[in-house]
Amino acid sequence: MEPITYLEAIRQGLWEEMERDPAVFLLGEDIAVYGGAFKITKGFLEKFGEERVIDTPLSEAAIVGASIGAALMGMRPVAEMQFADFISCGFDQIVNVAAKYHYRVGTPVPMVIRAPYGGRLHAGPFHSQCPEAWFVHTPGLKVVAPATPEDAKGLLKAAIRDPNPVIYFEHKYLYRHEKGPVPAGDYATPIGVAAVRREGRDATVITYGAMVQQSLEAAAAVAKEGIETEVLDLRTLSPLDTDAIVAAAEKTGKVCIVHEATQTGGLGGEVAALIAERAFRALDAPILRVTAPDTPVPFSPPLEDAYLPKAEKIAARLRELAAF
Amino acid sequence: MAELHGLPPDDLLKIYYYLRLTRASEDRVIKLYRQGRVFGGVYVSNGQEAISVGSAYALAPEDVTAPSHRDLGANYVRGLTPREYLAQYLGRATGPTRGRDGNVHYGDIKRGILSFVSPMADLLPVAAGCALAFKIRREPRIAVGYFGDGASSRGDFHEAVNFAAVLRLPVLFICNNNQFAYSTPLARQMAVPHVADRAKGYGLPAVIVDGNDVLAVYTATKAAAERARAGEGPTLIECKTMRMRGHAEHDDASYVPPQLLEEWRAKDPIQRLERTLREAGILSDAEEKRIAEQITREVEDAVQFAEQSPLPDGGGVTQGVYAV
Ligand SMILES: Cc1ncc(C[n+]2csc(CCOP(=O)(O)OP(=O)(O)O)c2C)c(N)n1
Repeated sequence: MEPITYLEAIRQGLWEEMERDPAVFLLGEDIAVYGGAFKITKGFLEKFGEERVIDTPLSEAAIVGASIGAALMGMRPVAEMQFADFISCGFDQIVNVAAKYHYRVGTPVPMVIRAPYGGRLHAGPFHSQCPEAWFVHTPGLKVVAPATPEDAKGLLKAAIRDPNPVIYFEHKYLYRHEKGPVPAGDYATPIGVAAVRREGRDATVITYGAMVQQSLEAAAAVAKEGIETEVLDLRTLSPLDTDAIVAAAEKTGKVCIVHEATQTGGLGGEVAALIAERAFRALDAPILRVTAPDTPVPFSPPLEDAYLPKAEKIAARLRELAAF
Repeated sequence: MAELHGLPPDDLLKIYYYLRLTRASEDRVIKLYRQGRVFGGVYVSNGQEAISVGSAYALAPEDVTAPSHRDLGANYVRGLTPREYLAQYLGRATGPTRGRDGNVHYGDIKRGILSFVSPMADLLPVAAGCALAFKIRREPRIAVGYFGDGASSRGDFHEAVNFAAVLRLPVLFICNNNQFAYSTPLARQMAVPHVADRAKGYGLPAVIVDGNDVLAVYTATKAAAERARAGEGPTLIECKTMRMRGHAEHDDASYVPPQLLEEWRAKDPIQRLERTLREAGILSDAEEKRIAEQITREVEDAVQFAEQSPLPDGGGVTQGVYAV
């Protein structure tokens, strides 16, 4: 299989799902004529027509709310937030209407919100955030964050076919910086299942999104020093694959949790607590975290560089763990 | 016998029945509340039943409504039963939300009633989304979103109206302007005299109706519905009325000038229709008595049914967060 970019994988996933199911349609700002801020939906208008590829007003509450209504009427909307940062403007619709609907009355709300997120593109405090923790804390939502082209396509298909509201966090840095093969033919990556990206016996990294690649780089660096790292890619952030997390922690007894989002109240705290509850006896060292500091995402390259967790920082923590 | 507003006597009597059923049901719940037999708050539509009943009566069964908290009348017209209404208030397993949600927070998708959510105006974008689905599938159905004057200050109202106007969606926005939002009078809600004025900037027609005249509400809704069904887009209907009780039953509404209530009491929508029907020779004493007795029976049966229904089993509390 020829490797394709993460962006191309998302495009293929959307395209194939729209061909497969006439209930699938797209809505969002600038997605039709222009093809989306990142050009993911370029060519979709020509193929699927303006009734299935809908340019909307700049109005996140309306985009999310309309998706909910259409989903309740049997459609499968895929809404695009131009940047994940602006999902806050539709937050109430997501957490109060979409997330609670099935629990309250038993009616499913099958919809997907695509949220381009993450930093390293020097895009500043309003175009670089990782807001996944807001949604992981909301029961009733599913949250996925693919790290590879294969998962980007497979998880998107699974999200579109899922009867629940799914927030699909696609990392903007990976769009054009991550390439890989995707399986031939139709496939979906199951939601709720983590993946071991590298086997190791000395320490475990638990991570997701753009930090998977950074963690693998760090693991390769410390391997030269004889430290073998297990790297677990969560892929789904809600509901968490708790068994895989516990197994990965028990395997090495030394855990480092890595995410690009800021630390306090982030997913890392939840994963750490889960390990403390279920794998305490297997631990040989304190659970460490490598995350962004608790600040907004800064703009200027040296500042953003200092802000983002990267391979070198992860490698340093792995050495600490190995020496503990 | 005479037709009024194009409605034959049978329909006129049904409308009269729904108005009285709504008032009787709510009065009965107030009584249960005073006796401490209701969990949580009680919200009623006393004095403004004509808005819900008149508008819903103008819809087709396949249309969809997004009720607000004073729309019991519309829910009854669309097929909700007094038994379900009482079971909901008493938190029973037999209510529309099986105790998952309370009082006015219910709906039933099978009868085209979306489930009311607390954040005011949240269901307006959702109603627009239902209409979007109808438009995409070229179905001759419409959606109706109900809201109050207070709700019209929320972004979600403005986003929904604009979204629907731009996309020419078959949706009606029906406002009960009862002059108060909790304790906040209209003048503190908006610097324009009418909610209808708020539609002007969005390019959709807005009409003002006497909200205590059920036949006027019916006629205005019928016309707007036909317009929407013909592909001509949304309409806003502002129904002028007065909230005759507190915001909820815990609220004595001492902030409302008594003479204002006196003025509006003389315009009671039920008495008004009753006078009209008697003058037209449509309602006799015998018929009135028959309807009153039927309603008493139905409501008492509903109270009994609800009180004899089981409360939900606490063991099920974690079930149904996700659709499978
Ligand atoms: C977004 C939001 N803010 C506050 C509240 C609390 N609240 C419930 S009803 C209400 C007043 C609503 O007034 P209006 O929309 O005019 O409807 P009415 O009760 O008069 O029918 C308020 C403030 C709420 N439910 N939602």
